[in-house]
Amino acid sequence: MDIDLITNILYATIRTGTPLILVAFGEMICEKSGVLNLGQEGMMLMGAVVGFVAAVVSGSLMIAILMAILAGICMSLLFGFLSITLVSNQVASGLALTIFGGGLSAFIGANYVGIGIEGVPPLVIPVLSDIPIIGKALFQQDILVYFSFLMAGILFFVLTRTRLGLNLRAVGENPEAANSMGIHVHGIRYMAVMFGGAMAGLAGGYLSLAYTPLWSDGMTAGKGWIALALVVFASWKVGRIMLGAYLFGIASIMHLILQGTGFEISPSLLAMLPYVATIFVLVLLSSNQSKAKLNAPMSLGVAYRPQL
Amino acid sequence: MNRLALTGICKQYPGCMANDGVDLTVGEGEIHALLGENGAGKSTLMKIIYGVVKPDAGAFLWEGKPITVSGPSHARRLGIGMVFQHFSLFETLTVVENIALSLPKAQSRDMMALSSRISDVSQHYGMALDPQRYVHTLSVGEQQRVEIVRCLLQDIKLLILDEPTSVLTPQEVKGLFATLNQLASEGCSILFISHKLDEVTELCHSATILRQGKVSGHCDPQQVSSHDIARLMVGDDTPLNQDYQKVEGGSVVLDIADLNFKSDDPFACEIKQLHLKVKSGEILGIAGVAGNGQDELMRLLSGEETTSADAIRLLNKNIGALEPIARRQLGFAFVPEERLGRGAVPDMSLEKNTLLSSAHLGLVKNGWINIEKVKNLGQHILDKYKVKSAGLHAQAKSLSGGNLQKFILGREIEQDPKLLACSHPTWGVDIGAAVLIRHALIALRDKGAAIIVVSEDIDELYQICDRLCAICDGQLSPIKNTQDINIEQLGQWMAGQFKSSDQPAVTGAPEYV
Amino acid sequence: MFKLEKRPFDSKVMSYCSPLIALVLTLFFGGLLFASLGHNPFEALYTFFIMPLSDAYGLTELGMKVAPLLLCAMGLSICFKAKIWNIGAEGQFIMGGLGGGFMALQFLNAESSWVLLPILLFGALCGLAWAGLAALLKTKFHANEILTTIMLNYIALNALLWGVHGPLKDPNGFNFPESAMFADAAILPLLHQDYRLTIAIFFGLFAMVAIWTLLSRSWLGFQIQVLGEDKAAAHYAGFKENKLVWFALLMCGALAGLAGVSEVVGPIGQLIPYISPGYGYAAIIVVFLGRMHPLGILLASMLMGLTYMGGEMVQIEMSLPKSITGLFQGMLLFFLLASDLLISYRIIKVKKENTNQSATASSAV
Repeated sequence: MDIDLITNILYATIRTGTPLILVAFGEMICEKSGVLNLGQEGMMLMGAVVGFVAAVVSGSLMIAILMAILAGICMSLLFGFLSITLVSNQVASGLALTIFGGGLSAFIGANYVGIGIEGVPPLVIPVLSDIPIIGKALFQQDILVYFSFLMAGILFFVLTRTRLGLNLRAVGENPEAANSMGIHVHGIRYMAVMFGGAMAGLAGGYLSLAYTPLWSDGMTAGKGWIALALVVFASWKVGRIMLGAYLFGIASIMHLILQGTGFEISPSLLAMLPYVATIFVLVLLSSNQSKAKLNAPMSLGVAYRPQL
Repeated sequence: MNRLALTGICKQYPGCMANDGVDLTVGEGEIHALLGENGAGKSTLMKIIYGVVKPDAGAFLWEGKPITVSGPSHARRLGIGMVFQHFSLFETLTVVENIALSLPKAQSRDMMALSSRISDVSQHYGMALDPQRYVHTLSVGEQQRVEIVRCLLQDIKLLILDEPTSVLTPQEVKGLFATLNQLASEGCSILFISHKLDEVTELCHSATILRQGKVSGHCDPQQVSSHDIARLMVGDDTPLNQDYQKVEGGSVVLDIADLNFKSDDPFACEIKQLHLKVKSGEILGIAGVAGNGQDELMRLLSGEETTSADAIRLLNKNIGALEPIARRQLGFAFVPEERLGRGAVPDMSLEKNTLLSSAHLGLVKNGWINIEKVKNLGQHILDKYKVKSAGLHAQAKSLSGGNLQKFILGREIEQDPKLLACSHPTWGVDIGAAVLIRHALIALRDKGAAIIVVSEDIDELYQICDRLCAICDGQLSPIKNTQDINIEQLGQWMAGQFKSSDQPAVTGAPEYV
Repeated sequence: MFKLEKRPFDSKVMSYCSPLIALVLTLFFGGLLFASLGHNPFEALYTFFIMPLSDAYGLTELGMKVAPLLLCAMGLSICFKAKIWNIGAEGQFIMGGLGGGFMALQFLNAESSWVLLPILLFGALCGLAWAGLAALLKTKFHANEILTTIMLNYIALNALLWGVHGPLKDPNGFNFPESAMFADAAILPLLHQDYRLTIAIFFGLFAMVAIWTLLSRSWLGFQIQVLGEDKAAAHYAGFKENKLVWFALLMCGALAGLAGVSEVVGPIGQLIPYISPGYGYAAIIVVFLGRMHPLGILLASMLMGLTYMGGEMVQIEMSLPKSITGLFQGMLLFFLLASDLLISYRIIKVKKENTNQSATASSAV
């Protein structure tokens, strides 16, 4: 393999991993607060379609990205209302969000299939981007990729160093006790769910505005679900989410790598790879059940209704 | 001036009046007992004082001024601290992180300073505590210290403790009382919730007794006999405890030899070299502080966990590797600690819950359920054990704790077991039901069954068991006849002072590294 | 002010009313949606929900949609009763179709309808095997079944795409990604020659009765329900969790597989890239909407089948996108979950004066 190919593979890995990172970060925070939102796929699709339509209508990518985030937040509020305020089953509510998001996004985007737009341009950082091999991968990306790096730092700081992070972990572990400490459990959970929605919306927007600047039905192709597995795989840790996401990135661009080596294989079979990899990862996890138990937020998936 | 004065406090929950015009006054430096049976409204009253629950009506005077407590953080600002019965701790956080959560932000910013303050305070009151340890690695007694220290870090004026001794060994109880007396002498008021009369007599200056949500009397525990207090707690029509004849058992029914077990649950306790024999026609009691392996031992007995076949022998058959259903067919029956959500399915009818553990009694034929037979058996249990319910179709969760326990116990006894294992038979059960349950156990014993009772209620163990032992850190103490062991010795065993290898007396629970 | 209050008992009445409330809310918001798009809401709703059923052809077409939905939903209902969150009916459906289609392609010159037997069996077996994978992953490796079944859905979809683009492509098909048309003998018999409805609807009805009996009368069914309601109680009673997981998933896989193959050797008649308009996912909604009760599931699958037809109808009549079907399905599930709150909670009116009174009482003394 020549240097150019490696450079390009690294570049593509980071690009493919980025939407996974964004949505997995959102889900991680959400789960830390004890809420399991299986609606990532639906929120991503809404972010993707709303962002894309906004880009076509307004012509401004800035507005498009903001609208994608807003769409994700609106969807997450639907979920939050069901699962937090109305104490519905979180699994069913999340599934409902995914099914609803799939339907609504297809409906909104029906007249926008096949339209092309100018995608988010790369922001080349001078000097650094000239570093061989990693320069292109790390410093010739678009602004959303840089944002994912920044977010990793912010989340790590908030979770480990701030009172907000402590409150979040407390709510996720034992909402009853957190309430008796005077922490507003529902408030924290709503915030976490909305953050999850914003990140999923942004991840969707990344797909339709930067990664492949177009809209097609169900274009997230299970990335929201893969992100869910990723969060468990990463034991709710920021660094491991990034690492895992890039590994999935590699699995998703296998065709690129194989093309480079001149190996022919059906694209449909290659397309299975990320999903097979996800199952593989879930199997790997089973070897360490008790460790996963220690890391998982203890009240994950359990609704909480304060006694009044 | 009283520190706290409540008048006419009312709180209604759907279907029950938890507090009905309750008055309560607590003076400065006073240790005041709040007595009552389970369900008498003690917990609700405390939650009202601590601001967790809002009263429907009533007046709240704090140091002479009328106020409304808006929430727990407001209560803490006023100087009210509370130690819950079920600790409100976060197991995956450290001691210092747990305490930081309850403090105002300004005080919790510097974690190092907070750590040293925690050490100071815990030293001062004689409660050793390492601020950096994770809470899930602490014993139950140590966790309680975290709760208390958390309250003491603020300018505390009233400390509420909800049944604080139920999780402690008798020796730990002494240590706690010393701390509380020291606090009271420094002017802190203490509200001590309990249903154990001897503790109240030993510690408290005055007492308020609740029954069915109402105040049924005030008294000075030093002056009044505990029999009179008990009458105030339960009313006139309920029979009080009675003594049962102790008996010698017959042939060996259950024989556990060198049982070792470690589950993959990181929070579980490891069972080490456990030996135990139970004879027909006797009740063996196992005392111990929660989390010392009782649950694991019971799961191994019931077959919910399996081990090597010959480690557990029932009537000379190796059953250690058998599944629960096979064990039941050999004559084993089991009343688990969790009534709802293990012993009975909450959302299912009593009819279906009858079938849950009784299928081997001919209720299922060729894979099909004989609904008629299930109904007959279910109705028989309801009648014979005086289970108050809306009938066989009532959901298990609609029953009160006592009635559900009567149902489960009845279901298990009707299987005519050779060996019955019973966890916490009367925990959280009203006195009337408790008396019936103990009668039923004694009757089963007298029919010749072997019975194991695991309980944290030492009085109950002394009352119904023929032989006693204690479990600590997954190891079992020697077994003695009930008459031959006094409560001090049993307490030492509960703290692990039977093991050849040393062990600190205070920590009962396993150490994790 | 309104306040939620927990009921002392779950309300049976509400659990039956809740799907109706959800339907009414869906109709209302659906009407609003049509109105906002500039259509008369009543006309649009009429077009969506009534017009498809106005003749015998429409009714048989509904039956054609009900058959796969009913099969998938009955299978899922076993899983959901046991709280096994099998989201994989879609993949099991596709694998059934792919396997059955593969088998049908082996009998392109068949004369006798007996070939249907191996075709249907093999289809069901493929669905069963696909669900068996999820069961293996769950029981042996403790892998979360929601994630594994979703992943298996995507893999099944790609397997079908690979098949019709590759080895199963019709060599005389001008390079379209489609298989050859199956032999007439390998097509499920029609109920009536004028309509497309096949005997697959009887498979669905039979599955409904069989599973109804299983769940209400058999010891196995009881164990499945206990496992779903309360895992600790199932362990306490000594029910073998893994065995039950295998049973529930395999049953569901076989039924979904049968639905898939019946679709392929029924109305479709060949393998094409998209053999399911999301029946496997819609069946999830059907199960919830039908309260996991066989009769409810039958009614709900009719309603859900209608949303497919309504989507096509508004596309034809009002040139709105067909994807409005998914929107209606999602809304139904959302409103259902919301109104399910009323099963265990009730809304009570809190009088303003009352709270004021207690406040003044506590501050006045």
